[in-house]
Amino acid sequence: MRHFLTILSHEIRTLLYNPSTYIAAVLFLGVMGFVFAGILDLYSRSPQETQPSIIFFQLFWIPVFFMVPLLTMKCIAEERRLGTLETLLTAPVSTTEMVLGKFGAAYLLYLLLWASTLGFHYVLQHYAGDARYLDPGPLLGGYLFIAVSGLLFVSLGVLASALTRSQAVAGILCFSMLFGLVIGFRYLGELTTLDTEALHHVKVTVDSLQVFRHLDDFSHGVIDTRQIIFYVSGSVLALIFSILGVEAKLLQG
Amino acid sequence: MAVRPPAAFMADNSDITIEVNHLVKNYGPLAAVNDLSFTVRRGEIVGLLGPNGAGKSTTMRILTGYLPATSGSVRICGLPVASHPELTKRHIGYMPENNPLPEDLRVSEYLWFRGRIKEVPRARLRARIDEVLELCDLKRSRHRILDRLSKGTRQRVGIAEAILAEPAVIIMDEPTIGLDPHQILIVRDLIAGLRGRMSVIISSHILPEIEVTCDRVLIINGGRIVAQGSPAELRHEIFGHTTYRLELAGDLAALPALLADLEPTLQLASSEQTAEGFTVATLTTGSSGADLGEKLLHLLPARGYRVRSLSRSHPSLEDVFLAATRRSWDARLPDLKSAHSEARAPLPKF
Repeated sequence: MRHFLTILSHEIRTLLYNPSTYIAAVLFLGVMGFVFAGILDLYSRSPQETQPSIIFFQLFWIPVFFMVPLLTMKCIAEERRLGTLETLLTAPVSTTEMVLGKFGAAYLLYLLLWASTLGFHYVLQHYAGDARYLDPGPLLGGYLFIAVSGLLFVSLGVLASALTRSQAVAGILCFSMLFGLVIGFRYLGELTTLDTEALHHVKVTVDSLQVFRHLDDFSHGVIDTRQIIFYVSGSVLALIFSILGVEAKLLQG
Repeated sequence: MAVRPPAAFMADNSDITIEVNHLVKNYGPLAAVNDLSFTVRRGEIVGLLGPNGAGKSTTMRILTGYLPATSGSVRICGLPVASHPELTKRHIGYMPENNPLPEDLRVSEYLWFRGRIKEVPRARLRARIDEVLELCDLKRSRHRILDRLSKGTRQRVGIAEAILAEPAVIIMDEPTIGLDPHQILIVRDLIAGLRGRMSVIISSHILPEIEVTCDRVLIINGGRIVAQGSPAELRHEIFGHTTYRLELAGDLAALPALLADLEPTLQLASSEQTAEGFTVATLTTGSSGADLGEKLLHLLPARGYRVRSLSRSHPSLEDVFLAATRRSWDARLPDLKSAHSEARAPLPKF
């Protein structure tokens, strides 16, 4: 693991040199700004029951769907296309170190972008002059959810990038996987066919995989280790598959 | 440049840096490398020659540990690549075909990253980067972005990267491909400058390159070695005879007997009448001994022949290469010994 930090810092630098990072950042902050302004508009018309930050986090999937693919699609696919994967792996670096370094860099950037939305809440509190808007509980829970679920989202992006040499294919693949995970399970949970006795276990499993329900729990201060284990083990699995994917492609030559 | 890798990584201190034993690599039903064996000593420059698809790149990739072999073994500095890839990779500087480089980095940033990843100590790395930039004539390009470099400069960055960590073995796949003659000269000098310090394996299509630079040449075709040795040895082995071209006037009928007196294997291979009563005669001899030119020049005028010119034909490495690969296509010879059998492929004209 001694090369992990070298690769991590190299990858962060490459990401910062890369235009798609800035496109992702601008899109992200723009969209989140509009979303936040829309929420405030809603609140100024009529009083609401929930905190504005809870609604804000409920829309996390909008930026995730385009930001995660943009951040991760390049990481391994581009190296493979350019052929630099060969020079990288013929240096004394293991595939594991390489994949973890790339994952780490993308994940740190993902966190950094989300951290920049903290400014929204500060601006609101500053101008509204009302401390109720800056309730630390839901904010903390929301950002914790973003950090934990980001592990899985970013590692799915790395996996998509490990499977192909085309950035576009990696991006679309990543989007599809995220869509399946976030929206797909939600629809699956609403299917009435699962309500029969025989499919009870399937129903329980699908219910526990509801990303939106996890978010609800986190923002209400319910931190369930089962959910954390789901995200952490899911991302470990995705990273293991990424490593295997890179090595399997080598075997094919 | 005298710094060697730490002693702990050296399994033995023998002189052999690369040892390849019965290496086989199959891509599905296709055998890219078929029972290849060779060794390279420390400080030797070895050229790998072969037509496209002969298995050169595959062999190099297996040496670096990038591709696994189907069977057989490869040892780098005494350590098997298959079981200790992390250790053997420390001894290798590798430049792949077409020399892929990341697009957005500057030359010095790229070398810094590669140096860190190859475990050059941070304290030494800056000085070492200056050294290789100087060696590869890249001082002026150190702040340029890799994507905007010319092909020749990119190639020199690749070589700088390969020698950066002072490995015992340097593997370069087609280092001079696509370069102009001036840049080829620079690259050739660079490679020649490594002689004696590092073992170098290069593959190339540019045969004069290999001839000038390499101590030893391996010609491979269809995944096996069809000929190996120094360029001079190869010439003798493949062609097995020396050829003289003689332009003379006189009694041709008496010539064969005269030649046989001089050297038993010397024969008149062909003769061709030209204008002014002169004949161009081609003589061949199976002996690889002393040059017969002086003897011929003494003997023939003494017997009443008028000699206008005499030259010794020198088959180029290109002829050797063509003959060796053609021979291996004609009949897959099982080993090197049968190269001396009668079944020789038609030789190229020269």
